[in-house]
Amino acid sequence: MAEEMRIVLRNYGKIDPLKIEDYLAQGGYKALEKARSMGQAALIDDVKKSNLRGRGGAGFNCGMKWSFAASATADQKYVICNADEGEPGTYKDRLIMENDPQSLLEGMAICAYAIGANQGYIYCRGEYPQVIEILNQAIDQAKAQGLLGDFDIEVRSGAGAYVCGEETALIESIEGSRGEPRFKPPFPPVQGLWAKPTIVNNVETFANIPVIVDKGGAWYADIGNPAYPGTKVFTLTGDVNNRTFFEVPTDTTIRALVFKFGGGIRGGKKFKAVQIGGTSGAFIPESLLDTQVAFDAMSAIGATLGSGATFVLDETRDLVDVSTRIAKFFEHESCGKCAPCREGTARMHELMKKLNEGKGSSKDVALLEKLGRVMSYSCLCGLGQAAPAPVLTTIKHFPADYNAKLM
Amino acid sequence: MANYKDIINGLKDKQGGIIEAFHALQREYNYIPEEAIAEAAQVFGVSQAQAYGVATFYSYLSVEKRGKYIIRMCESAPCHVAGADEVIKAIEKHLGIKVGETTADGKFTLELTECVGQCQATPVITVNSEPVFNVSAAKVPEILSAYK
Repeated sequence: MAEEMRIVLRNYGKIDPLKIEDYLAQGGYKALEKARSMGQAALIDDVKKSNLRGRGGAGFNCGMKWSFAASATADQKYVICNADEGEPGTYKDRLIMENDPQSLLEGMAICAYAIGANQGYIYCRGEYPQVIEILNQAIDQAKAQGLLGDFDIEVRSGAGAYVCGEETALIESIEGSRGEPRFKPPFPPVQGLWAKPTIVNNVETFANIPVIVDKGGAWYADIGNPAYPGTKVFTLTGDVNNRTFFEVPTDTTIRALVFKFGGGIRGGKKFKAVQIGGTSGAFIPESLLDTQVAFDAMSAIGATLGSGATFVLDETRDLVDVSTRIAKFFEHESCGKCAPCREGTARMHELMKKLNEGKGSSKDVALLEKLGRVMSYSCLCGLGQAAPAPVLTTIKHFPADYNAKLM
Repeated sequence: MANYKDIINGLKDKQGGIIEAFHALQREYNYIPEEAIAEAAQVFGVSQAQAYGVATFYSYLSVEKRGKYIIRMCESAPCHVAGADEVIKAIEKHLGIKVGETTADGKFTLELTECVGQCQATPVITVNSEPVFNVSAAKVPEILSAYK
């Protein structure tokens, strides 16, 4: 059975995050030096070879993304770190930034070298003022040591908009606008921040980079599930004994996550469901727990890996109530730009509320299924497309919870 | 208190920095005063309507006057199943206000928020952005008594 393996959290608890000397003593910034000696093309090839896929939820091949921005011709390019960690039940990026901020900066600097950028931004959620303080200190220390060269990094503060985790909404926000997603294409590597080629990667993605460069793409590609190699940080919440975090190889099963690492269900109760990836994730029943926590394996069971949030519910939980709460979340967080999401999330919450209060019928359930299907293919961005998943999967896997509340 | 014009002008060279200016204003006043929105619009070269649109898009920013201590209760799913509803009721009862209101003495404002990323110790509230862990209805009076 899988053991914990720390790559992005390799320095957790081992260094003083506010002492760059500690990071350097662990071999920090050697990877940046190596990257610069490799040359841009060979560096990007090695990142591609590692098959590192974006840890923010979309799972796109990181080296491939970088190659698009590298081959774009422009007088200015940008590197952005998405640290707008707003996914309910997730705090992995905070752990990385609080405990090893230099690892993130080094990953960004390697990316900047690879694509030819000299300006970076870390878009950190406004709810983390303490983290912003740590990042600013870390940047000052790296600059004072001359480690970043001509690459400059500025921290920008998010302001409580879940949709800004979507990369084009995040870019709009850095530009000082309402965080509404853009139509794509063009994609950010071609036309992003201030219309210049821009790489947006998640904190966890960047934190992997120094280790990949140091040990080589082939080494990384060999860890975990071959289609989505490496490790993933999971944060466990809800009715598990160990409400904490773990970094595990991606061939770990959901069952191991909940029962081995999570220590099973609290209070000797039975398992009912687990929602992985955040609040838009599917609710997964017991019968599917032997799935590996890798991107495509999760897609194959109609679930997502998302942020790695792992929300466990015991046998006493009412999934209609929980899904109603989640439907309220999406109504609140819909930015309102596209009608299917603006209207859809509101109607979905309305119908769920009706069912949760015992005033709904099987017709409402059927209507929810239809609405969810339409939203999943007609909404502009991932928020609206994924919003129906908790409702649709609880209807599919836990019909008894709905039937118990029908009029 | 610092002058709002100085706060805004201190950030005028930041490209797209209007949100940073709003954060700085909010750190000083706990909300963004109307005259400051107009000033920020001028400094960052957008219309007042656009500036107001930005200020009201983001739930962490407020254009309404708020109390000295802003209590935010997380109501995302992990806190929800850990008993967030009972905590909200206890805070409302203790302060004699509803969500969205400020106490008559201007000391506390109560708001709801989505996940604040401290899910290792649910339910969580934040008071002026500092998280308070493992809150329960019974602990509410003691927790709030620490804020003078």
